[in-house]
Amino acid sequence: MTHVGLSDSLVRAVHEITGDDESLIAVSNVGLGRERMCDLIAELTLDSPTVVFVDLPGGSCLQAVITATRERADVALVTGVNLPMLLDFVFNRDVTATEAAERASLVGTSAIKAMGT
Amino acid sequence: MSLTLVRLDDRLIHGQVVVGWGNALEADRILLIDDHVASVPWERDLYRLGVPPNMEVEFASVAEAPAVLDQTVKSNKRVIVVIADIDTLVRVCRASDVVRRVNIGGLHEGEGRSRRLRYVFLSAAESESLRMLESVGVEVTARDVPTAKAIPLSEFA
Repeated sequence: MTHVGLSDSLVRAVHEITGDDESLIAVSNVGLGRERMCDLIAELTLDSPTVVFVDLPGGSCLQAVITATRERADVALVTGVNLPMLLDFVFNRDVTATEAAERASLVGTSAIKAMGT
Repeated sequence: MSLTLVRLDDRLIHGQVVVGWGNALEADRILLIDDHVASVPWERDLYRLGVPPNMEVEFASVAEAPAVLDQTVKSNKRVIVVIADIDTLVRVCRASDVVRRVNIGGLHEGEGRSRRLRYVFLSAAESESLRMLESVGVEVTARDVPTAKAIPLSEFA
């Protein structure tokens, strides 16, 4: 879940690169108040263990996800979503949500490098 | 005078407020007025997550708001006040006369509301409340981000 169209672009990029079109659902916060965002996240995570990726480590998306899933042990959250962590995630889903979230955090962080001078 | 912005926004503390307005106004404190959030510790922690280290955040109920607002206008802090709903805004304005301008920053779709602007949806009763506020001297405009033009109340309510 991200601001504006970022989630849709990331999911389309994952599909373009991997062919995977069933691991990820793109959700935007556009036009939604907090209550609607919470309802949407609760509905989308209802049936199965889920990792929710959000963009900013503070903000409406993160607040909505925490509010909607704070009593769900089978839902884990990752902030600062980027393409490398999603590409890795779709191939490594056979673990618990918490393990997948921890792995995504490591992969996403290690992909950020300052290069060249 | 240190109330840099009084903002009505149902997302309360989020990117537009902290990054957009916070930087433009060089704000160093956010005052969140909401009875529910002020009374629930985990909700306060949740909103603290969105506040960068160089900003302070303070929470107040409507009953506490007049005293906190009085202290705020006397302080040297540059403060953004955030309020989630029109009922709370009206109660704050009735209880304190320091709020003279209100920025409508985001009220999203809800039951009985119709679209007035891309980021403002109001019911008939909410429109009436905003017009009432303006009739008693509170200037009400809509503006989601600081680079946008302020839209007068008469154009959306």
